[in-house]
Amino acid sequence: MIWALFRRDVLMIARSPALWLPVMFFVLAAALFPFAVGPDARLLARIAPGIIWVSALLASLLPVETLLAPDVEDGTIDQLIARGIALELVCAARIAAHWLGFAVPLLAALPVAGVLLGLDAQTGLRLGLALLLGTPALASLAVVAAALTAGLKGGGALAGLIVLPLALPVLIFGVGSDVAGAFRLLAAASLVALAVGPFAAAAALKPE
Amino acid sequence: MVAFKPESVSEALEITDLACRRGGRLLFDGLSARVAPGGALLLVGPNGTGKSSLLRLLAGLLPAAAGSVSFGGRRAFAGHDVALKPRQTLGAELAHWARLDGGLALVPGALAAMNLAPLADVPCRMLSSGQKRRAAIARVIAAGADLWLLDEPTAGLDTASAGLLATAMAAHRAAGGIVVAAVHGDIGLDGAAVLRLG
Repeated sequence: MIWALFRRDVLMIARSPALWLPVMFFVLAAALFPFAVGPDARLLARIAPGIIWVSALLASLLPVETLLAPDVEDGTIDQLIARGIALELVCAARIAAHWLGFAVPLLAALPVAGVLLGLDAQTGLRLGLALLLGTPALASLAVVAAALTAGLKGGGALAGLIVLPLALPVLIFGVGSDVAGAFRLLAAASLVALAVGPFAAAAALKPE
Repeated sequence: MVAFKPESVSEALEITDLACRRGGRLLFDGLSARVAPGGALLLVGPNGTGKSSLLRLLAGLLPAAAGSVSFGGRRAFAGHDVALKPRQTLGAELAHWARLDGGLALVPGALAAMNLAPLADVPCRMLSSGQKRRAAIARVIAAGADLWLLDEPTAGLDTASAGLLATAMAAHRAAGGIVVAAVHGDIGLDGAAVLRLG
């Protein structure tokens, strides 16, 4: 069941014209900083992990208005509920599909962003691993925010306000990934977000 | 004629003392009805008296304020929203929902029953609103469910399509299925009980 839902979600994301937006945004945001901060290579390399994490966080929020709102509006969620399919499953599949849709292209684009910011290979690799561990949490938070704002006009901006504070732990442990134990804390934060996400999003989608 | 045989010819639909509250307003209360297998129930009444809400309640989309609904079999719901993705073809959409319902076996018959087979390869954004309504009914047929919940199923349908719907509902009932429909006017359900709201 969850496999059928996940397959469908991936198909919908892959067919969406907005598929390339998050990764394009990610690379462009990373490319902006050398212009904004100046060409000091050492400074750029020092703040690069922070830049990349903030860009990744914002990139995860770009598709938030199309994650669940269309399904609520066109009756898809009604059809799923009428079939007795648990909304928690629906939301878990959506989180997995959203992660695949934004985080995997973003990881693929990380070398490009790394070159633009003058990251050395070792830091880049560690950052990649941190993103791999942390982006599932971002995907989960984005789906929860999408569920909370699904019925609202212009819910995207509100979704940003919901996600940004909740994403702080991931951001802190992700940027500090050179400190001992940060990877474990990052993984823990991700697991908590992944465990809570489907239930929180499903509760928000339940008809009153 | 294709027979849409439900998997299990099951028990009756029992509605007991049902009440529904929307936005703090009591839409209806003390509603009771029993529909035997092969039976049909028509929900009639002026706009805003709770026909759609009762259907949504039966589909599990709304909680009951009081009372209970008992039905053992599977339900299929066709509301006002057609739930078709604009970029997907009609055939792919019906196949997706049929897969969730347990198999593709009933899809060709459902497409044929609503005369949609020639449109199977057309993206849903190209369909007219009447064709989308027919697709929503075909999805109900393809679900192989025991209880059909239809909200104004003939709205936007041409005469020929309304006839196809009547044929499909008759076949469903002949196989022991139940139809509950909110209607304005006749939709060709012979011998249906009528529940008047408002």
